[in-house]
Amino acid sequence: MMRILAFIIMLLMFSKNLVANEQIVLGLSQDEVAITANFDGSKILLFGAIQRDAPQPDGKMGVIITIAGPSQPIAVRKKEKRFGIWVNNQTVEVDAAPSFYAVATSAPFTEIVSDVEDLRNKISVERAIRSVGAPMHIQDSQSFTEAVIRIRKDQKLYQSLENEIVVDQSTLFRTSVDMPANLTEGDYFTRIFLTRDGKIVSQFDTIIDVKKVGLERFLFNLSRENPLIYGLLSLAIAIIAGWVASSFFRYIRHT
Amino acid sequence: MAALTIDLCTIIKLSGTMQIYLPIAEVSVNAFLLLGLGGFVGILSGMFGVGGGFLMTPLLFFIGIPPAVAVATEANQIVASSFSGALAHLRRRTVDLKMGTVLLSGGLIGAAIGLYIFNYLKSVGQVDLLVKLCYVIFLGIIGSLMFIESLNAIRRARSNVNVISRTNRHKGLVHTLPLKMRFKTSGLYISAIPPFAVGIFVGILSAIMGVGGGFIMVPAMIYILGMPTKVVVGTSLFQIIFVTGFATLLHATTNYTVDIALAVLLLIGGVIGAQIGTQIGAKMRAEQLRILLSVLVLLVCLKLAADLLIQPSELFSLGKIGN
Repeated sequence: MMRILAFIIMLLMFSKNLVANEQIVLGLSQDEVAITANFDGSKILLFGAIQRDAPQPDGKMGVIITIAGPSQPIAVRKKEKRFGIWVNNQTVEVDAAPSFYAVATSAPFTEIVSDVEDLRNKISVERAIRSVGAPMHIQDSQSFTEAVIRIRKDQKLYQSLENEIVVDQSTLFRTSVDMPANLTEGDYFTRIFLTRDGKIVSQFDTIIDVKKVGLERFLFNLSRENPLIYGLLSLAIAIIAGWVASSFFRYIRHT
Repeated sequence: MAALTIDLCTIIKLSGTMQIYLPIAEVSVNAFLLLGLGGFVGILSGMFGVGGGFLMTPLLFFIGIPPAVAVATEANQIVASSFSGALAHLRRRTVDLKMGTVLLSGGLIGAAIGLYIFNYLKSVGQVDLLVKLCYVIFLGIIGSLMFIESLNAIRRARSNVNVISRTNRHKGLVHTLPLKMRFKTSGLYISAIPPFAVGIFVGILSAIMGVGGGFIMVPAMIYILGMPTKVVVGTSLFQIIFVTGFATLLHATTNYTVDIALAVLLLIGGVIGAQIGTQIGAKMRAEQLRILLSVLVLLVCLKLAADLLIQPSELFSLGKIGN
């Protein structure tokens, strides 16, 4: 019985999607962020349109855009006073937290997406961080996850851009996201959701590639893949610089 | 001094938007700020004849370079400045190569021990504390000693009394231990164990603090080993090249924390600054110079101590796991 019911519900949802038949078409000012030697952050423009085969359905429409950097486990440490000085004491490991996360909306977050959809798709910043299994002796593991969000929001790595998406005539939308300079390299998974009355009716995914280029790329790779050669290179530069400086200034003084 | 600070400020203001992204530190910093810092510390090191690592590394913390990167990169920069300095001393033949070799063989072992401690504490999230504590302790001791010593020197100069002080050399220890060696340049016939031990100790500090360790090596050579002042600085510089070079390699291969771009910018500023500093130093009186330096050292020490003692506004910090 339950199965049949579920099937009918699914069918209904599916058919509603068909009826609505709204689709997202997206444009990006750039699908690649190149970290060069003078990289100082980057502004990405996201713009798009909602394609419809039929007249616009009823219900409050919402557009949500999320950009998530590569996820990494992080150690969150809390300082406590020991012997009169502040030292790191408790540590909680957060299993996966995106190195960058921005969520932009066209209206107040809770008005355009339901909690269920948020939970399912992990849209809000709080839901995008996964933390399981904090050590038993730590009572308030919640405060550690909150600290991750707070610290990264301060560094502009996590951004809640409520009402930052501009929607024109229920069809065209655009926003811009400022990415700070301290970005982690990798694929930045970008999702655009179209919602009606809190439900997601259409989703579009794309990837923004963030990578070091040129000299930055070369030095970083060398330092990880051939650390010995990298180390010797830095020594060679230092020795040559020291020698050049010494001879140059000796030459100046003697003339 | 005031003029110097104003200069530094104008440099910082003028620099505007010249940001540079450091590939290893993974932060974006103003290139002129780094050149300015290198120049500023270079001027000081030229004026006072110190390596400047003990000032540069904390200054790098203050501008937001991760401590692990600051320590490793500063070790790399010191290779350049000590090499440049040692060349001058080699030409003047004021380097005791044999003593330097004994010191540096201890220093290499010390650097390896220091790096082991560094990496262990890094894995448990306490490396920042270790580095900062080391700095507070050593900057505090050296700053105070230098301050008192130079105040006394000024007072002596004022009262015009010529106090002839003979240093009390601990000849007992260095002469009774086994493994005696003859150090021709220093004119010493002493056991190789004390210089070896001094080398180990300074090597450990070098790896943990990202300093050359001249500020400890020089007094140790004079007071513990009884070396003549003439060869002390050259010999110290000679062994610093190898110990910091070794520390750089160890940091580069185990932590991947040496940032070449950062090192080069600091180097350029430092090399030029050192030459200017030498000229300024020649025109100022030694006691006044030393008082200035000691005040500066104490200020940096106080700033670091305050960070440890005052409740931080953010109790939490984020660190990477493993790698």
